[in-house]
Amino acid sequence: MVRNCELCLERRAALRRPKTAQKICRECFYTAFETEVHEIIIKYQLFKEGERVAIAASGGKDSTVLAHVLTELNKRHSYGLDLFLLSIDEGITGYRDDSLETVKRNEVQYGIPLKIVSYKDLYGWSMDEIVGEIGLKNNCTFCGVFRRQALDRGAAMMKAQKLATGHNADDMAETVLLNLLRGDIARLSRCTAIVTGEDGALPRCKPFKYAYEKEIVMYAYFKKLDYFSTECIYSPNAYRGFVREFIKDLESIRPRAILDIIKSGESFRIIPTTKMPVQGNCERCGYISSQRLCKACVLLEGLNRGLPRLGISKAQSFQVSSDGNNDKRKNVVHERSKSRLVQHNIK
Amino acid sequence: MQLTLEFKGGLELLFGSVKVHQIEVEPSDGKDKLKLQELLIWVRNHLLKERPEMFMKGNSVRPGVLVLINDCDWELLGQLDAVVDEKDTVVFISTLHGG
Ligand SMILES: [Zn+2]
Ligand SMILES: [Zn+2]
Ligand SMILES: [Zn+2]
Repeated sequence: MVRNCELCLERRAALRRPKTAQKICRECFYTAFETEVHEIIIKYQLFKEGERVAIAASGGKDSTVLAHVLTELNKRHSYGLDLFLLSIDEGITGYRDDSLETVKRNEVQYGIPLKIVSYKDLYGWSMDEIVGEIGLKNNCTFCGVFRRQALDRGAAMMKAQKLATGHNADDMAETVLLNLLRGDIARLSRCTAIVTGEDGALPRCKPFKYAYEKEIVMYAYFKKLDYFSTECIYSPNAYRGFVREFIKDLESIRPRAILDIIKSGESFRIIPTTKMPVQGNCERCGYISSQRLCKACVLLEGLNRGLPRLGISKAQSFQVSSDGNNDKRKNVVHERSKSRLVQHNIK
Repeated sequence: MQLTLEFKGGLELLFGSVKVHQIEVEPSDGKDKLKLQELLIWVRNHLLKERPEMFMKGNSVRPGVLVLINDCDWELLGQLDAVVDEKDTVVFISTLHGG
């Protein structure tokens, strides 16, 4: 009933690859998957010999497979990388307990060290404390912004020279569409880059940029890799959810759609006369930012001043004090100073 | 017909957080084999505890849910037309949860 593998012609096929529609056996699938990741690493020179590389490890499927495959390829092809797992503890009661346990097992399974950095260490606030201030509605703004920086800050703290993340092809396609739907031209033009922040202190790379989510999950399943899955208990962004579902629907009709969306994102060019926000650095923490203060610093300032909604919605126009002033009475809605701030940012 | 069903990748949350289910199900009108199409309806009616839209869309699984029959991708077996037999194992894995 099930035919033999199209590659080795010997063993029974176990899956259909979404990328190529080939029906292949497990062993040929492992080889194909790993070889493609290796070729991407070489083609785009994602790593340099001797580099200290933090693998962003959430305990979830993508980062678990990434840790497994990178450890394997590092040995097999003698990349000479000093790999370690970097995990962020957001401080959400119960949420990270299981996933951190998973990462701790991964540390043993892959034989590479694990470093855990908490929000409390990095920001002085745990996610639970933030939710206590802001309520459940907008917390994923915090989740996303703080998580993004937490990896960079944590990696820098651990003296990494590069950060590798588990973003896969489905994630990339989703990001392209999201930026398109939001009219975020600046992000649209750079979101498909396989390496970002090359001029900064800590470049990030995405070795799974062209790897389908289906293949990552199949790989983890067949290899019985130990990963953890849960929904973020603070409900995810609904808009992103629609886009994700749309992409999955497209994939079920035509799997190549995912690679084609990425290709469209890569080929996208901005007309030189388009007004673009200037990329600079946050005045307070130095993180890359198109605004005077980065999003995390604005959110943190709001929290520290007892105005946790600061920076969440554009409709709100609280004045951001540039001197870190903690006096709550000064936080008056001030439209004019806000527009001055914006002009200043765009330059 | 005895089957083993497994729900993984976060899908177990829709099934009372139980990952492995031993079930007893009879094919309709005296046939000796069960189509996945029928099995899915049975699962929705008998096993699913909450949020059916997270598991199914229309008459199939929600896109992004992988299905394996005896460790073989159901896309090789005809998807909804695939048939299961006595003592088979069917695994459902969500790819939609956090990575
Ligand atoms: Zn083969
Ligand atoms: Zn969240
Ligand atoms: Zn900052």
